[in-house]
Amino acid sequence: MKVSLFITCYNDTLFPDCGKAVVRVLERLGHTIDFPAGQTCCGQAHWNTGYQTDALPLLERFVAQFEHADAVVVPSSSCDAMMRDHYPMMAERIGRPALIATVERLLPKVYEFSEFLTRGLGVEDVGAYYPHRVTYHPSCHGLRNLRLGDGPLRLLRAVRGIDLVELAGAEQCCGFGGTFAVKNAEVSSAMLGEKVQAILNTRAEACTACDNSCLMHIEGALHRQRTGVRTIHLAEILASEEGDRA
Amino acid sequence: MTTAATGKPLDPSTAEPFPILAQGLLEDSQMRKNVRHATDVIQNKRRIVVGELPEWQELREAGKRIREHTMRYLDRYLEQFEAQCTRAGGVVHWARDAAEARAIVVRLAREAGANEVIKIKSMTTEEIQLNPALLAAGIHPYETDLAELIIQLGQDHPSHIVVPALHKNRQQIREIFRREMNLPNLGNTPQDLADAARLFLRDKFLRVKTAVSGANFLIAETGGVCIVESEGNGRMCLTLPETLITIAGIDKVIPRFQDLEVLLQVLPRSATGERMNPYNSIWTGVHAGDGPKSFHVILLDNARTRILADQEGRQTLHCIRCGACQNACPVYRQTGGHAYGSVYAGPIGAILTPQLQQMEHAQSLPYASSLCGACYEVCPVKINIPEVLLHLRDQVVRRKSALDPEALAMRIMGIVFRSEARFRAAQAIGRMAEAPLVRREGRGEGWIHWLPGFMGGWTEVRDLRAMPQQTFREWWENRSKPGAHDGR
Repeated sequence: MKVSLFITCYNDTLFPDCGKAVVRVLERLGHTIDFPAGQTCCGQAHWNTGYQTDALPLLERFVAQFEHADAVVVPSSSCDAMMRDHYPMMAERIGRPALIATVERLLPKVYEFSEFLTRGLGVEDVGAYYPHRVTYHPSCHGLRNLRLGDGPLRLLRAVRGIDLVELAGAEQCCGFGGTFAVKNAEVSSAMLGEKVQAILNTRAEACTACDNSCLMHIEGALHRQRTGVRTIHLAEILASEEGDRA
Repeated sequence: MTTAATGKPLDPSTAEPFPILAQGLLEDSQMRKNVRHATDVIQNKRRIVVGELPEWQELREAGKRIREHTMRYLDRYLEQFEAQCTRAGGVVHWARDAAEARAIVVRLAREAGANEVIKIKSMTTEEIQLNPALLAAGIHPYETDLAELIIQLGQDHPSHIVVPALHKNRQQIREIFRREMNLPNLGNTPQDLADAARLFLRDKFLRVKTAVSGANFLIAETGGVCIVESEGNGRMCLTLPETLITIAGIDKVIPRFQDLEVLLQVLPRSATGERMNPYNSIWTGVHAGDGPKSFHVILLDNARTRILADQEGRQTLHCIRCGACQNACPVYRQTGGHAYGSVYAGPIGAILTPQLQQMEHAQSLPYASSLCGACYEVCPVKINIPEVLLHLRDQVVRRKSALDPEALAMRIMGIVFRSEARFRAAQAIGRMAEAPLVRREGRGEGWIHWLPGFMGGWTEVRDLRAMPQQTFREWWENRSKPGAHDGR
C-alpha cells in the first residue's frame, strides 16, 4: 500500500527521527512511503490561538497536497485531531462545494500513526525490540478527540524486551496546550510538575506518547531537572530492532 | 495569601488577568491542597455513580437535546413560564441587567418591610453582586447554605459554583466560626461545625420574613420553580418566610415538567456524585395557608440574549451549573476558582464570563485552558467547551491591533506556512537564529536554557532541545536521491 506521510511542521523541523522511524516501521511492514513535498502545517497553532482566518489557507494547502492519497499517516495526535475536528467546519467557512466534498472524502483516510497500525492495518506486533522500562502518556487529543484507547498500549505490549509500566494520573494533561505554555507559564509549570512527578514515580527510563509536542514539554522539565529520564515518540520505539545501537 | 478575602465582590470588569491572579494563588499551598483534595473526592464519587448507569451517554445526549430545543424556542418558553407562574399567583419581573435586577430585589424587600433577608445559595445573586446592594440599602442578607455562610462570615468569595468554599478546609472553617460566631471553645469535628452553623442559622430562619433564592430550573409548562440542595436550608427559606424573591437567568427555563426526568438524573450525579439530591423542591405560585404569601420571580437577561444570538457561543447557555467541568479541569485544579476573577470559575467560567461581559473584559479567560478536553468529556449536557473557547479566542484576536506583536508573529507564520520555499527558508533561519542560545552538552547534544521575550515563560522551568542539523524533508530528499543508501 502507498502511504502518504504528513510529517507536520514541528516534527519536520524539530523531530526528524520520529519521521524516520515512521518510514522504517511502515517499510518494514511492506508499504511504500510517499512524501508530498509541498506540505507544511495543519494550521493548529493558528486555529488554537484564535487566528482562525489564518488557518484556512493551510487547510487548502493540505488538501492540495494529499487529495489523491490512499491513506495519510500523521505521527502527531494533536495535528490529526485538529484536522478531524475542525477541517469540516473550516471547509464550510471557505464555502467552496468542491473543497467541502474533498475534505469529507479525505478525512476518513487520515490516520494518526498508531491508529493506522491498529485500526488501518490491524497489526499490533511490528517486530520491534526495545529492552527498556517505559511508561506511556496518552496525550489529551489522542485520548479524548481521537479516542485511541488502548491501541498504543497494545502496540507497546507487543514490543520484545520492553518493561511497560503504568503511569498514575495518565489521563491528566501535561500542561503544554500550545501557546498556553507561554501565556500561562506558571499554571502550565504546575501541571507539568505533577506529570513529571508521576513519571519519576514509575522509575521508567523513558516516557513515550503519540505526540511530540507533549513530549517536548515533558522532556523540557525532565532535562532541566537532570532526571536522566528521556522522552521518545512511540514510532521510534516501534522502529527499534535487535542490533540497533541504543 | 488570601487574595480574595478583601470583601470586594468578584468583578470580571475590574479583575486582573487570569495569569496574574493565578501566579499569586499558586503560592497558596494550603488552598491548592484543599482544592486538589476536594476535586479528587467529588470526581471519584461522580465516577462511581455515573458508572452505575449504562445509558449515561444517552442521558447526556437527551440533556443536550432538551437544552438545545429550549434555547431555540426560548422566547416562547419564557412567556409560557410568565403566564403559568402568574396564573399560579406569582409575580414575574424582567431585568435587562444586573443593576435592574438589584433594584427590583431592593424595592421588593422594602415593600415587604424587610431589613433582613435569608438567602439560598445562588450564583446568579453573586453574578449581579446583590449582597453589597442589599447592604447599601440597609437590608442585611444572611447566607443559609453552609458553604455560602462560611464565605460570608470569612469575607471571602465563592471559588466553585456548587461547592463555593471548596478552597477552605475544616480547620480554616473552624477558625472563621470561632471568630465570627464568638465560639472560643468550638470543637473540630464536622458535627461540632454543623451544630454551630445550625444554631446560628435557626434563629434567622425563625425570625426573617423575606427570602431570596436562585433557581435550578424554571418549568414553563407549570410555572414551577425547582431547586435542589443538600442541607435543607433551602426548604426552610422556601416555606417559613412570607415573601419569597427568586432570581434566575433566562437560561434556566425548561419546557416541561417531564424534562426533569433527564436533568435531575444528570445534575446530582455530575455535581456532587449523588444519585439524587437530599432535597428536591418544586414550588408553584402561592397557596393559602402554606408557604410564602407573596412570591416573585425576576428573570435576568444580563447579556444572555446576546449570547443566544451568537450561534457558536450559544451552547454556553445550555449549562445546568453542575460544576463537573471545574472538578475535571487540570487548570482549575492548580489555581482554584479565584484566579478567574468571576463567580463563574473553571472551564464554564472561562467561556461564560467573557460572554457575559460582552467580550469587553475577561479576555484572558478563553486562554486559561490547555484545551485538554476533560471538561467536554464530563459535561452532562455535552457543551463543547473547547470549541467555544476557540471561538472566543478568535473574538479576542479580532479585537487586537494589527501591530500587536503576537498578531504580527502569527501573520508572518501564516505567510511562511503558505509556501514550501518560505517554510524551508524559515527552518534554516531558525537554526541560525537559535545558535547563540544553544549550549552543547557532554555528548554534543544542543540545549537551550534561556529564551528571550514572551518565550521566556518556557525556559523558566523547561529546557528546549536545539534544532537538529537536518530536517526530516532534507533527510528524505537525500535518501531518495539515486545512489543514496538508506540513511537512517
